[in-house]
Amino acid sequence: MSAKKDSFGKTVGVVVAVCLVCSVVVSGAAVGLRQIQQANKELDKQTNILTAAGLYEAGMSSDVIRSTYEEKVERRYVDLDSGEFTNKPGGDGAEYDMYKAAKQTEMSKKVENSNVGFQRRANVASVWLVKDESDTVTRIIMPVHGSGLWDLMYGFLAVDADGETIRELIYYQQAETPGLGGEVQNPNWQEKWDGKKLYKDGDVAIDVTKGANPSDPYEIDALSGATLTSNGVENTIRYWAGKQGFGEFLKNQAWRS
Amino acid sequence: MADAKEMKKVLFGPILDNNPIALQVLGICSALAITTKLETALVMSLALTSVVAFSNLFISMIRNQIPSSVRIIIQMTIIASLVIVVDQILRAYTYEVSKQLSVFVGLIITNCIVMGRAEAYAMKSPPLLSFLDGIGNGLGYSFILICIGVIKELFGFGTILGFEILPVVQNGGWYQGNGLLILPFSSFFLIGGMVWLIRTIRPEQVEPKE
Repeated sequence: MSAKKDSFGKTVGVVVAVCLVCSVVVSGAAVGLRQIQQANKELDKQTNILTAAGLYEAGMSSDVIRSTYEEKVERRYVDLDSGEFTNKPGGDGAEYDMYKAAKQTEMSKKVENSNVGFQRRANVASVWLVKDESDTVTRIIMPVHGSGLWDLMYGFLAVDADGETIRELIYYQQAETPGLGGEVQNPNWQEKWDGKKLYKDGDVAIDVTKGANPSDPYEIDALSGATLTSNGVENTIRYWAGKQGFGEFLKNQAWRS
Repeated sequence: MADAKEMKKVLFGPILDNNPIALQVLGICSALAITTKLETALVMSLALTSVVAFSNLFISMIRNQIPSSVRIIIQMTIIASLVIVVDQILRAYTYEVSKQLSVFVGLIITNCIVMGRAEAYAMKSPPLLSFLDGIGNGLGYSFILICIGVIKELFGFGTILGFEILPVVQNGGWYQGNGLLILPFSSFFLIGGMVWLIRTIRPEQVEPKE
């Protein structure tokens, strides 16, 4: 190492030059790839919604997913307290995210008497209505989330137009132990939700329990080795189907009018 | 200019003779975390190999200009930039896998293999050889990761790359997945076993008793 190389000016010069080149490369990559990344995120969400809608088939290309979504699915916004449809919060232009809204005091409400695992929920929730050819609503897809063993689990709950028969429960983001709690994403377990009923005499009656009776419309077999995850799923459904969640909306059946 | 023999040694040496994980015992943390499924192990190997190769190349290209007082920071800057670029590319083109890798791609920055090769080799060697050294060490890392990934996925989930090899009980088969292998720390045992195996084949790697 020569002395010349270590002179003060040279050191600063080299550092500045390296930083400049690196920052151009990094920002170039971030800006250049942003569109593709956004499209991926959007597509991922649409895929999950189509899965919950029962319209997704393995091997669908991204174009088919997009066009099926455009054609069959309509996104609406629900005021959770009244259970009625409402306008999109923040106007038509802006993207509305109910999980971000839940963090703002004026757009959200405190969670009461529930161990669902989060503190506040947004006043307005997104729902996705699935329609058939004659424009009749056949399924309602609601976003649900709640804590599992390690972290919040995010998913979609799909019910029939009668507002109580469950069709799908699809988790798309979770951090449970792979092979145990992570099995909430196993299609064989998801199938067990098909046909179950949310309400018994007006109350949420879903019970995720060990050794469940498959013919009982309220019982779902718990995941083996994942009691806390199973409890988390039960709490999530009970909260979101209850009065603080989509309870009013499902009772009003606003999609019929 | 280096001869072909030297190049071959630099490129293939790190796979068995001088493996970065098994002999140099670098980069263990990521090898523990992301080998549960073979697919993530493969993508991680690819990401790490390209980062080591290119960081070696660029550092070697400017090695005579780097002032020794700030050389570590300059190496870190180059490595960090490359890792961010790789992370962005993964997010754009392999969205599903990048979701599973989550934070571990970013943690390549702190992977000792990358820093270790930059400091130990690229600072003293010409660009082409440094680049090959990077690829070689990446291959050595990949070799261990893929072995562990195969073992963990096959005996933990009964699948290879998502294809069912051993039908598991959950799907109505006969194989009861090994719960231990699904957890990250089981790689400790597997890496330990591989170090043992490699040192049995190559006894000259055994450290002398102190």
